[in-house]
Amino acid sequence: MVHIKRLQEDGIDIITPIGEIDASSSIELDLTIAKSVGEGFTKVLVDCGALEYISSAGLGVFMSYIDEFKDKNLKMVLFGMNEKVANTFEILGLYDLLTIAPDKAGAKKKVNEV
Amino acid sequence: MRAKALSRLLFVIGVITWIALLFTDLSVVFSAKNGLPQEIPTWLPGIILNLYLLTLYYYYKFKIDRDEQLNFVDLLWRVFAAGLIATVISLLLRLVENLFGAATPDGNFFSLAYKEVIYLINLALLSSFLLASFASWKRLILYQKSKWLLRGWSFFEYALLIALLYTCFDRTPNDTLYLVLLIFFIVVGLILSANMKWVAFLNFRQKWTSLLLLLLTIFYLSYLIYTNNSLVEALRMGFTDHREHLFIQSLTIFVMIYSIFSFLVILFNLPTTSVFEQKLEEVVNFQRISQSIQTEQSEESVYNILLETSVSSVFADAGWLETKDVATHRVFTYRITEKEAYDIIAHLKSQNVTGILDQGQDKTKNLSKHLAALRSSRFRSILAFPIFVKGENIGTLALLKELPDGFNKEMTKIVSTFANQAGISIENFRLLEEALQGERYKEELKIAKTVQKSLLPQVLEQDAQFDIAAFSESADEVGGDYYDTLRINEQETSLIIADVSGKGTTAAFHMSQMKGIFHSLAQDCIEPDEFMARSNKALIYCLERGSFISAIFFLINTQNKTVRYSRAGHCPVLYYSASKDKAEYFKDKGVALGMVRNNSYRNFVEANEFTYQPGDIMVLYTDGITEAKSVKGEEFGYDRLAATFMEVKTLEPKQIQDYLISKLYEFSGTDNINDDYTTMIVKFKTEHKPI
Repeated sequence: MVHIKRLQEDGIDIITPIGEIDASSSIELDLTIAKSVGEGFTKVLVDCGALEYISSAGLGVFMSYIDEFKDKNLKMVLFGMNEKVANTFEILGLYDLLTIAPDKAGAKKKVNEV
Repeated sequence: MRAKALSRLLFVIGVITWIALLFTDLSVVFSAKNGLPQEIPTWLPGIILNLYLLTLYYYYKFKIDRDEQLNFVDLLWRVFAAGLIATVISLLLRLVENLFGAATPDGNFFSLAYKEVIYLINLALLSSFLLASFASWKRLILYQKSKWLLRGWSFFEYALLIALLYTCFDRTPNDTLYLVLLIFFIVVGLILSANMKWVAFLNFRQKWTSLLLLLLTIFYLSYLIYTNNSLVEALRMGFTDHREHLFIQSLTIFVMIYSIFSFLVILFNLPTTSVFEQKLEEVVNFQRISQSIQTEQSEESVYNILLETSVSSVFADAGWLETKDVATHRVFTYRITEKEAYDIIAHLKSQNVTGILDQGQDKTKNLSKHLAALRSSRFRSILAFPIFVKGENIGTLALLKELPDGFNKEMTKIVSTFANQAGISIENFRLLEEALQGERYKEELKIAKTVQKSLLPQVLEQDAQFDIAAFSESADEVGGDYYDTLRINEQETSLIIADVSGKGTTAAFHMSQMKGIFHSLAQDCIEPDEFMARSNKALIYCLERGSFISAIFFLINTQNKTVRYSRAGHCPVLYYSASKDKAEYFKDKGVALGMVRNNSYRNFVEANEFTYQPGDIMVLYTDGITEAKSVKGEEFGYDRLAATFMEVKTLEPKQIQDYLISKLYEFSGTDNINDDYTTMIVKFKTEHKPI
């Protein structure tokens, strides 16, 4: 189960999934990101600090937005992952595809880069 | 058919006994008239009459009592018809008699005989009419019978038959015993006549028909009794006077009493018929709601039925039904526009009515007094009910009347029952839907599982230089783990292990695509990174966004003793080097297939190569292994996998595999795995070339 919080800071939408994202809860993550994009945010941060586990379906959600973000010139940065989650991202090679920062400050810096 | 034949036979016997009665009676009359000694005993006509009555009794028993198809009005109609025929025949005889002049009592034998014949015909008609009525009344009285009523009736019937037998022997009328018995039959008849349940089940029209039929029945009966009496008076012949007959008399009184009772009960029931009909309709409506689940296909129809039946049950002028569910919010209306309904809802809201319309409370409330302030509305009474499914309020039913104070307590009760039943129906409907869905899903999973199993190779390639063992076990949910081997030529063999994201049929489907790609690309001794690039290109056309496949592709060359491989997002290889006696995970880069949907993918995969030594072991696996959880929620993890492997590094691949799997089950503490466990273990060995 996952609980997703949203918070806006300096025009940046910060999405915080809390708990585990598996096949069924990945839909919620998908909806949240879609909503954020729909509301016109161009900078999205995903705070993975409270994310305990993410399955391949959850990773698929991030993946599915890569092209859309590129096309619309939007930015999404993930940060604060624990070792286990980071490992999952790494194995699948998502470090090469997504922008991932160690902490919030780093993430904000990356998202504000032109 | 048997019953029909029997009733015909009885009819014939009846006619024969009647003719016998006629001749014996005539003979008695003839002898008496001419002062001749009686050739036949005077009691004989009585016995023949009883035989005739008995035959008639059984005739009607078959004709009316056993006929299940007759309804109440049909029964009354039969009686009426019997009475009509009897009366018409009797009147015709009277007409004939009047035309040819009345025979005087002291006339000759023929005029007397003529009178006698007419009397006997009338008697036969009366008896027939009485017994037809008796059989019909029996059906009516025994409608919705109880054990005691049935016993009471059997007693009455048998007592009457015994009385018939009694009249054969006792020919002395008007004695005390006769009177006592007659009074006894009247009392029992009266008690039984109190059973009038059938009247309640007649509708308004049927009641009127019944009244008419009963009135005519009473008339016919009176007329026939009168005719019989007058004929006996005219005859003044004691021998053939059958008036003082206990059976006939008891029957006459009983039939008369019940006819009059029925008539009066129906008459007084007329004003309340509409109430009963209403109740009956409620029951039918109630059934409709509860059965709608089987016949109707959607919740919508349950709502519609509920609205319609509620409105008609309480004679409301209009009504609406509002569902609460946000996604499927709807207002069903009946003789009211949606705007009017919303006006009323808004008005009640503005009046701060904390009733049911705000769907916050579960109490049924009559909100009429609040409606008085809404001048624009034509309605003056409103009644609102919540509809509950599993304790959750799913909607509101509101009924409206133009009259003030239009709803009473009874109506409130009825509609609340309807609302409850509708809630149950909807709940059942949802449960049924869920069950069906679950069943369908299970079936789908079964198919997917079979497909998945069939995609895995039955036999793995073996070589003089290496042994391979593989294992795959999927959880209840079908996963998409895949492994395969393919020999390209003498020296080269390719291996693959892959994990399709997602589960179920889609995963099995993607897995089959991966198998196709592997078998077509690997044949040509293709370089591993090229294999990945081409696979990616092929897969992006069939993988939907968000789906991907992680894989590692190996090309083992036994001539050079090298392994070239490329990793696409799959779990890193655990490699045991015999010379170093160390197991390590390969650290290399590679993005899973389907993630990059253009030609740039080539930049995201690497080609790697290493040389193997005999005794080296390659452990391939899927994330189900490393992510397997213990009861405490701890993951099996990479370190534990490596450590467990090290314990059995000297064994054969199959044994290593069995040990790993058994440890894995031990760790998770359950036989029900929650992901797919797949491993493929390759052990290189010293080649023993045949000399």
